[in-house]
Amino acid sequence: MTTYFNEMFLGNKVREPYRGLKDWMATMPAELRQMKQAEAEDLFRRIGITFAVYGEGGDPDRLIPFDMFPRVFSAQEWFKLERGIKQRARALNAFLVDVYGRGEIVRAGRIPAHLVYQNEAYEKAVVGFVPPKGVYSHIVGIDLVRTGPDEFFVLEDNCRTPSGVSYMLENREIMMRMFPDLFRENRIEPVDSYPELLRHTLASVAPSKCNGDPTIAILTPGHFNSAYYEHSFLADLMGVELVEGQDLFVEGEFVYMRTTEGPKRLDVIYRRIDDAFIDPLCFRPDSMLGVPGLMDVYRSGGVSICSAPGAGVADDKAVYTFVPEMIRFYLGEEPILNNVPTWQCGKADDCKYVLDHLNELVVKEVHGSGGYGMLVGPKATKEMVETFRAKITSHPENYIAQPTLALSTTPTFVEEGVAPRHVDLRPYCLVGERIELVPGGLTRVALTEGSLVVNSSQGGGVKDTWVLAE
Amino acid sequence: MLLKVHHTTRYSYDAPVRTLVQSHRMMPSVFEGQKVLNWEVSVTSGQKGGGFRDGAGDWIQAWTVIGPVSEVEVVVQGLVETVDLAGVLRGHRETVCPDVYLRETHLTYADDKVQALAAGVDHGSGPLSLAHALSHRVAEAITYRPGATDAATSASEAVERGEGVCQDHAHVLIALAKALGMPARYVSGYLLADSDGVAHEAAHAWAEVYVKDLGWVGFDPANECCPDDRYIRVGSGFDAQDAAPIRGIARGPGEESLVVTVKVEESAQTQAQSQQ
Amino acid sequence: MLSRTADNLYWIARYIERAETAARLLEVGARIALLPSAAGYRNEWDSLLSASGTASAFSEKYGEAIQRNLESWFFFDRDNPSSVASCITNARENARIVRTALTSQVWDALNTAFQELKAMERRPRSQLALSQLTEWATRNSALVRGCIDATLLRNDGWDFLNLGFNLERADNTARLMDVKYYVLLPRADFVGSGLDNYQWTTLLRSMSAHRAFHWAYGGDVTSDKIADFLILNRQCPRGLITCVDGMNKHLDQLATAYGKSNDAQVKAKHLLTELSGLTVSDIFEEGLHEFLTRFIRDVATLGAAVHESYLNGDQR
Repeated sequence: MTTYFNEMFLGNKVREPYRGLKDWMATMPAELRQMKQAEAEDLFRRIGITFAVYGEGGDPDRLIPFDMFPRVFSAQEWFKLERGIKQRARALNAFLVDVYGRGEIVRAGRIPAHLVYQNEAYEKAVVGFVPPKGVYSHIVGIDLVRTGPDEFFVLEDNCRTPSGVSYMLENREIMMRMFPDLFRENRIEPVDSYPELLRHTLASVAPSKCNGDPTIAILTPGHFNSAYYEHSFLADLMGVELVEGQDLFVEGEFVYMRTTEGPKRLDVIYRRIDDAFIDPLCFRPDSMLGVPGLMDVYRSGGVSICSAPGAGVADDKAVYTFVPEMIRFYLGEEPILNNVPTWQCGKADDCKYVLDHLNELVVKEVHGSGGYGMLVGPKATKEMVETFRAKITSHPENYIAQPTLALSTTPTFVEEGVAPRHVDLRPYCLVGERIELVPGGLTRVALTEGSLVVNSSQGGGVKDTWVLAE
Repeated sequence: MLLKVHHTTRYSYDAPVRTLVQSHRMMPSVFEGQKVLNWEVSVTSGQKGGGFRDGAGDWIQAWTVIGPVSEVEVVVQGLVETVDLAGVLRGHRETVCPDVYLRETHLTYADDKVQALAAGVDHGSGPLSLAHALSHRVAEAITYRPGATDAATSASEAVERGEGVCQDHAHVLIALAKALGMPARYVSGYLLADSDGVAHEAAHAWAEVYVKDLGWVGFDPANECCPDDRYIRVGSGFDAQDAAPIRGIARGPGEESLVVTVKVEESAQTQAQSQQ
Repeated sequence: MLSRTADNLYWIARYIERAETAARLLEVGARIALLPSAAGYRNEWDSLLSASGTASAFSEKYGEAIQRNLESWFFFDRDNPSSVASCITNARENARIVRTALTSQVWDALNTAFQELKAMERRPRSQLALSQLTEWATRNSALVRGCIDATLLRNDGWDFLNLGFNLERADNTARLMDVKYYVLLPRADFVGSGLDNYQWTTLLRSMSAHRAFHWAYGGDVTSDKIADFLILNRQCPRGLITCVDGMNKHLDQLATAYGKSNDAQVKAKHLLTELSGLTVSDIFEEGLHEFLTRFIRDVATLGAAVHESYLNGDQR
């Protein structure tokens, strides 16, 4: 029987960061809790924050369940996390600049060439081009799990366009509205500077041809996208336009927005669409979402694209294994945050081990996301295990495996009262001229008892994440 | 040799279009095998956009036409001095790691039919002769016949048909080389027609294979040779689509039709020079 | 602002106005149908379909023009792009796209209308009286308009919304008036009869304008007075000249804000000048139907000019 680290209770003792929540939890009557829960849901629906899952059908206006019990970190805990996250974000960017330049890390034999150069996410089109300030990934979302008081592991890196930050901001907003006393009694670091920091980050990587105040816009695939709410929310908070591909066009050396007053030049694009769809002249010719000619403008210094096309090669699950190596290679430091031990099915020895231990391991598709294409060994049926065995045997290089981690739990409101549920954490690190990290992130919680899958597409919920001031 | 190129591509639209955007890969490569004496690209009422040399060493030039227009003509005129390097791409500056060209694409995927072409080929005498042998196999397997295939024909389809044009020859050779672990890529350029009147495509394409210790080497299965001083190298890519000299799009309902004329001649000055 | 954003705002307004018109058409039809039918009349409902420009699509789907089918067509049917349900859904979708250009009050009003519509669609039709449907539609469009008026910033987005309202309303009022033409077409001798007056009154009622009319004119309802009220009187909120005046005001504001004038502004000015110089007898001399047909065409041309000048993204 695995024991899980409970972030609030150590035996009968309440751990220090959660001290301020002990009475709050004990004295909240069930009726009040239900009333508050309904109020929170109403607020979410009113502001229109919903999450539509691709291909699942059903209600496009579905809400992600919000759990009112906050997840708390002490200042010391956060200090370590912050250093570790920033270190990782620096190394990932150094890696990207390197592999699109001379490829020293490959030449030095620290990472296999094929993992980089034959990777689907490696874009030949940007080889030799260094984006402004040498930054490829401007928003790095690092998924972390905890297994003990001092044990944190990085589950995966998201270097392209990590989503969910709107929940971090809205969860806080709603908690402050509903429980102002909690915020008076506990000294909680604010997170609401995020949009401004994001705008500064984007402005700091304006292209060389931009003079004066850069014009910024968010490029969305459109209002049918599941994250459309987040796109419009961020655009609104930053005070920038939310554009679709059809709103932009290329003329001469620049890209312009179609406005009622005529063309308006655009300097920085925070894109929330995949590389393949950015520009039909450079990538997928059938893409209707992008802007024809955008990549030529980008590569000749007329516009900045964040994250930079090609950034995805750094967050590939197979490349992930080598991030500690990157930290040592580029920064000359030891990694502050550990990777989860990972078996590469592409290696014969690893593959054998994985196939022999399928019942104990979590198997992931190298290019999968959102908890799909994943096998959680200890929870899986015989058929599922056998399906995966067949898949791994036929395409070993497409899979990695990790031990089933004993994810920490935090108290969560459930039908019967309060019960421990498993959580993870995604902080959002901003990389521009400077590296910034707001104290907080998105805590996702597996609402089903015993479940370790926190993905919102599979019944996960979200919580407000507190970092206490010193 | 001194080669003179005149290449026009005329786009006509049955209804006027706006905001025509093109990305050109139309400047001759810079390497020891060729020297540009003069080269000009023009686009009817076009505005020159950004230009840059990409990681593969190609010069990319963007163009836009605001419109509305019903016809746009892209004209390339130039004079290039070439020397025969037996296909070796010497002195070409590029940063893309050759391993990148091991990646599969739809057009160059080597299925069983394609791989069968390499059956029994001699690996013993080194990669260069292996590449030659593969090129020869491709020439045998695919008979030159214009119109037998189109721009979207894959290597596998071409092998199945047993006939095709230079694009198909190149795709099949690339597929074969990659299947044997050698990086390979598609090259577009121009070719001087033979004096004996053998029909050729003046706007030509061939393949390059990466040979260890030698670098990139061109192979032209269509003509069973390596590119020499009759060839002008222009751009490269994973396959024909990736290496296309012009990629463009226009806004509007107008249906596009295309007329291309290419003329490559040996310039009169050449003889004078080569006699010296 | 982005041309697409302006376009979304403009269409929110047009859809809201159009939803209201669909409801009003239903209302007129139901009232006219209460009259004892006389031989030689056209079917009253047919005249409505003709006025709305959806007669052929309707008959293809439903065949017979009976009230229940008409209710479905004008209120619930998504195959009718001008039905209340289609318009409310489209308005709300446009609003979702430009959510941040609206206030939460406007969004709330649109979103609530949409949610209520979905709830109504789930109820058995026998529980929904026609008057309930039409009142719901007019109340909700008034609510949206009120929220826009009360809470929205007076910037260019405001101008595009109001251009949409005025343009759609001008078109719709003209079409509603034209119903009368279709109803009376076969029997010119009804003109001036009690039946004639009854129909004119119904028309006024459907535009919530009969009380206003009596305040403004008093006495008997005559076609002259009605035409004057609905076409030439600037006091009438749905009047053609009032709408054209509104379009001019907002086009002028845009031209000032952007520092450039354009074709739409010129066209709107022409239309206003023409209307201002007209008398009722001029209109009847031309023929009311002919005048309205020409007006509807002029408004459509103006709409195209607005599109070209601001909304299609090709402005330079």
